Amino acid sequence: MEMLRDHNWMLSVGTFLPLLGVLLLLVVPKANEQLIKKVALFTSIATVAVGVWTLFRFDFGNAGTMQFVDEKTWIPLIKSSYYIGLDGISLPLYFLSMVITLLVVIYSLDHIPSPGNPKAFFSLMLVLQTGMAGTFIAQDLILFFVFFELVLLPMYFMIGVWGGENRQYASLKFFLYTMFGSALMLVAFLALFFKTGAESFAIPYLVEHGGALAKNVQIWIFAGMFIGFAVKVPMFPFHTWLPDAHTQAPTQGSVILAAILLKLGTYGFVRIAIPVLPEAAKAWAPYIGGLAVIGIIYGALGCLAQTDMKRLIAFSSVAHMGFVMLGISTLTSFGMTAAMFGMVAHGLITGMLFFVAGSVKERYHTLEIARLGGILKQMPHLGWILGFSCMASLGLPGLAGFWGEFPAILSAYSPAAGLNETVFRVYMVIAALGTVLAAAYLLWLFQRVAFGEPKPEFAGGGHGHDDHAFHDVNKFEWFAWTPLLIAILVFGVVPNLMFKVLDPAVQVVLSGFKG
Amino acid sequence: MIRSAEALQTLSSGWFLEHAWLIPIVPAIGFFIIILFGKKLPMKGSEIGLLSMLSSLVLAGETAMQWIDRVNSGAEAQFIAPVVRTWNWWQIGGMKFTIGQSIDGLAVIVLVVVAFISTLVQLYSTEYLKGDRRYTHFFAALTLFSAGMLAMVVAEDTILFLLGWEIMGLCSFMLIGHWWEDGANSRAALKAFFTVRTGDMGLLVGVAMLYFASNEWTTEHLGVSGFSIRGISAWALSGEPNSTVILVASVALFIAAIGKSGQFPLHTWLPDAMAGPTPVSSLLHSSTMVVAGVFLVARLYPVFFTGFDILGTGGNFITIIGGITIVIAAALAFVQNDIKKVLAYSTVSQLGYMMLGLGAGAWLPAVFHIFTHAFFKACLFLGAGSISHSASHHSFDMKKDMGGLRKVMPITFTTWVISTLALCGVFPFSGFFSKDEIIDNVGHNGYQLFMIIGLIGAFMTAAYMTRATYLTFFGEARGASAGEHHDEHHDAHAPAHDSHDSHDAHDAHATEHTDHGPHESGWRITLPLVLLAVLALSSGLLNATPFGEKWERIKTWVEPRAEVVMETAPGGPGHSNVLSIPTAAEEGHHDSPCGSETPEEGVCYAPQLQHAPFKWSKAMLSLGIVFLGIALSWLFSTLLYTRKDKRLVGLTERNGVLRAGCNLLINKYYLDALYENVIVKAIAGPIAAAAYWFNQNVLDGILHAVARASRAFSGWVYRNIDQRVVDGTVNNSGKATKGAGGVLAPVQSGKVSQYGALLFSAAAVAALVLVIINS
Repeated sequence: MEMLRDHNWMLSVGTFLPLLGVLLLLVVPKANEQLIKKVALFTSIATVAVGVWTLFRFDFGNAGTMQFVDEKTWIPLIKSSYYIGLDGISLPLYFLSMVITLLVVIYSLDHIPSPGNPKAFFSLMLVLQTGMAGTFIAQDLILFFVFFELVLLPMYFMIGVWGGENRQYASLKFFLYTMFGSALMLVAFLALFFKTGAESFAIPYLVEHGGALAKNVQIWIFAGMFIGFAVKVPMFPFHTWLPDAHTQAPTQGSVILAAILLKLGTYGFVRIAIPVLPEAAKAWAPYIGGLAVIGIIYGALGCLAQTDMKRLIAFSSVAHMGFVMLGISTLTSFGMTAAMFGMVAHGLITGMLFFVAGSVKERYHTLEIARLGGILKQMPHLGWILGFSCMASLGLPGLAGFWGEFPAILSAYSPAAGLNETVFRVYMVIAALGTVLAAAYLLWLFQRVAFGEPKPEFAGGGHGHDDHAFHDVNKFEWFAWTPLLIAILVFGVVPNLMFKVLDPAVQVVLSGFKG
Repeated sequence: MIRSAEALQTLSSGWFLEHAWLIPIVPAIGFFIIILFGKKLPMKGSEIGLLSMLSSLVLAGETAMQWIDRVNSGAEAQFIAPVVRTWNWWQIGGMKFTIGQSIDGLAVIVLVVVAFISTLVQLYSTEYLKGDRRYTHFFAALTLFSAGMLAMVVAEDTILFLLGWEIMGLCSFMLIGHWWEDGANSRAALKAFFTVRTGDMGLLVGVAMLYFASNEWTTEHLGVSGFSIRGISAWALSGEPNSTVILVASVALFIAAIGKSGQFPLHTWLPDAMAGPTPVSSLLHSSTMVVAGVFLVARLYPVFFTGFDILGTGGNFITIIGGITIVIAAALAFVQNDIKKVLAYSTVSQLGYMMLGLGAGAWLPAVFHIFTHAFFKACLFLGAGSISHSASHHSFDMKKDMGGLRKVMPITFTTWVISTLALCGVFPFSGFFSKDEIIDNVGHNGYQLFMIIGLIGAFMTAAYMTRATYLTFFGEARGASAGEHHDEHHDAHAPAHDSHDSHDAHDAHATEHTDHGPHESGWRITLPLVLLAVLALSSGLLNATPFGEKWERIKTWVEPRAEVVMETAPGGPGHSNVLSIPTAAEEGHHDSPCGSETPEEGVCYAPQLQHAPFKWSKAMLSLGIVFLGIALSWLFSTLLYTRKDKRLVGLTERNGVLRAGCNLLINKYYLDALYENVIVKAIAGPIAAAAYWFNQNVLDGILHAVARASRAFSGWVYRNIDQRVVDGTVNNSGKATKGAGGVLAPVQSGKVSQYGALLFSAAAVAALVLVIINS
């Protein structure tokens, strides 16, 4: 496989720069909150700057080729190397993780959740960023696994320390569930390593040799990876950690979780499981597609049953990731490109929804839908941003969500050769039904919380003791949200900004299927 | 059969035709300007809205002129190729997809209508919503709404079509729910969006199916993708499509049209949508949004033509739905007291005519009916708004707050009557030329039963409009029109709004008019009324079949000619390389193979349709029916409402059959009850609850059981192996077993590493096992 090795320092710098920030934070005294915030902010700005530079240096004409490739010996004993690279699939997610972290840091300047301690909070966030970015550039399974696990711990603490009332349960559930998936994934990785001759953990090597494995071996190895990634996505029926984690996590945690962490799973399918084990992917595809559409409907029904705004948004992730998985399960470049687009779009939109939920919670001290109402009247900007995000989330054409959802539905009409068309066409219709339910739960939510008159308990503008309770969107929120809002609109109107990067890379990933 | 190519002319084009894509772009930009800066502008953004719509109107007008030139520059039997321009928009699977315009006669006529009505409605709104609390938002949404409709009309591909379609859905949500403080309004908005969205499922499925079914053919023959509307049209007539696929796709697309155009059984959202401000009703629910579904059928006509075998034997899905809609909606209009709801059901019924026409092969009359209906229905809605604004204290209740208004509101009254006569189809008003053509052609194409339904509908239309006119303008002034003040009407947000009694509640002049009684509205309201009434009177002459072929201008300009076209170069969608090989013409009308057989060479973009020759004898029959409807209804109304004839008053309470019928109508055939109380409640209630119960109890239950079991197991290992075997002397295992029953609840983080270690060791063992088994 052809690779570009220019500027190979760039990815390492972009990935590990946040850790440098963490080191700096360690020497800043805990009481000096202003300095802590500054360090965190500048670190994340610098990280995004490196990301922007990467965008500039990225050869968009060769988006299907691995670029900035760097390969160093790392653990020769187990033939694992420090092997990184970036192509059109990784780039959007890699860059998105940097931007989301920056926006979350900006948001946190004004919104440190209880019990405070910004030093620890920002440090964890930056460690998290290294883990996320690393996962998207790793080209070695062990390296991938290390980064994949690296995100787990900071998120565990973020939920467990800064979370809501039931945080202990939620954080432990999140940690154990993901750990369980990871363990099976590791089993699969090891099995794959041994079955391909114990030569290398490098993904390109495994892509080359994985296809030669016997079909039933592939199927078993795929099963391990499937559980590992499916828990992370999360796919029905492995999703039950998600609503709890989201509901209990602080706003920042929810945003990162929705925007990036969930994508680690889907990315794993696209980057590792499917290209390495094409035969198994074909055998598994109908089941993955089936679970995906169950997830779409089931997630939507779950949403309709919710009484808590944040939990509703969490369940909507299950439904949206169902569309992504449906696209992937078609094993066509059409579906997979749509899925990749859907991942980024979901990151932007659901991230935005969680931001809004966080701000609603901060002002009303509740997210109980029945107690909310008339947000548009009290805080018109916040209300309209919520409306915009809901519209984007339900897949309105012209906004980013549409380009993940519609082509994914479309692709199910004609799955890859060898897959049962009738089955996938049934999936298509069910998924289309899911878009109706999405409109139902999102607009119903919007109608109940934003329209109408504010409920009497909140109508007085905070009962006098808290005059600032119902201030509209403040400047930190504007800074953190505007880029997301603009991105949702721009990618909706000019989707090719992303498609032209994703498409060639997806073609390369699927090249094993055409031969 | 093939004539020499010299008979073909090079078609003229022009700047405005080439740049028709600007028509939706201008209001779209206007929307952003209003949203971002509207509140700071001197007229709060309304000037931007009005200006952008006016620009669109000018552009659309010039485009129409150049289109007419283009038609005239072609030979008599030459296919007038649409003016197509495309740009790359997105790519996927190595294929590039385009966005662009395709301007033909259908696009031009609808562009002009939409831009014209939008401009008038915006002018009207500057007066009607003066001082409204969300004046700027209102204009923003109104402008974006028009942009959506215009984008849909110029669309070259189904994706842009979908985009415009959905933007209209969004804006209708914003506009219907404009006064969202009131729960009834926001529920109506939700209902409108949700019902339409249910239909949209069909659009998604239909577009997907058409893409995959046609993409290969269109790429090979025309060099366009399976999203291109032209491509799909040609493919549908090529004899290539599998009949099942195209039938299913047509059904799916038609479901979308049912939702959007308020056809039975998804019509229930339209009357509720009257909760929006009246200009919104006028724009969305008479001439633009609800027309989108009809436009979809007219736009992709070859697909429906082939899919449903239009002109084949017997009725088809479209005619059946259209026919049912005409009658059931007209029946509902009789029991409404709200003037806007009468108009709403009338719209539903008229849309039924358009659908019926399309389903029965009367493409041109149906499209012409879109054109004429837009003027008189917009006029009627704006007239109703004028009454509520200036005479009835924002009430729309005809029985309670209107009556005898003809003297105080002469302009509103005159324009109303003209539009009513146009709607009823009285000669020489515009509705006659379009509606009668539909009925006539439906019969001519062999759908006798549906022709009778059309005539029954015409009778009912005349009757319910006479009733509404009588209640509003004749008889004695009642309620607010008589100068009575009901203060409850100013109580804009009283939750006691019932759905039969909607009000346009403004903030502004709640008390402004209380001191003087009913009066005529200001010029910004009456000017649009007069302009629309003039068109309601005269626009029918643009296709006046009774006066001979010279008068059939719309037919010449708009109807695509069913000619076989040789596309010279696949890959070049340009208009210049389109050559047409017309078939031999005999005596004016010739038979093109398009639609009936597979073209041997070249492609068809439109099926060959028939036109019924106009006969006064048939027209006299339908005119007689209309006059009978008017006369009977007038007599009935006078007896019931003014003379209070004892035989009639309370008749529906005394007679069991009539009571049952009346209840059925008042309850809207119980369809709302079915949707809201049965389907929606079931999904949002027990079904969703069951899914969630499954989530919390079954899935999490399994999880908790596993967790509990592994805790117990690790506790056992710890107690029996670690403590007894490994370290038998020390026995202080109390701590570890404490709280073993509490599922996953509070655990110190130290336990996490225990679980982690356990899982990892299990993983390592499993990996070894797997390797051993498979080696």
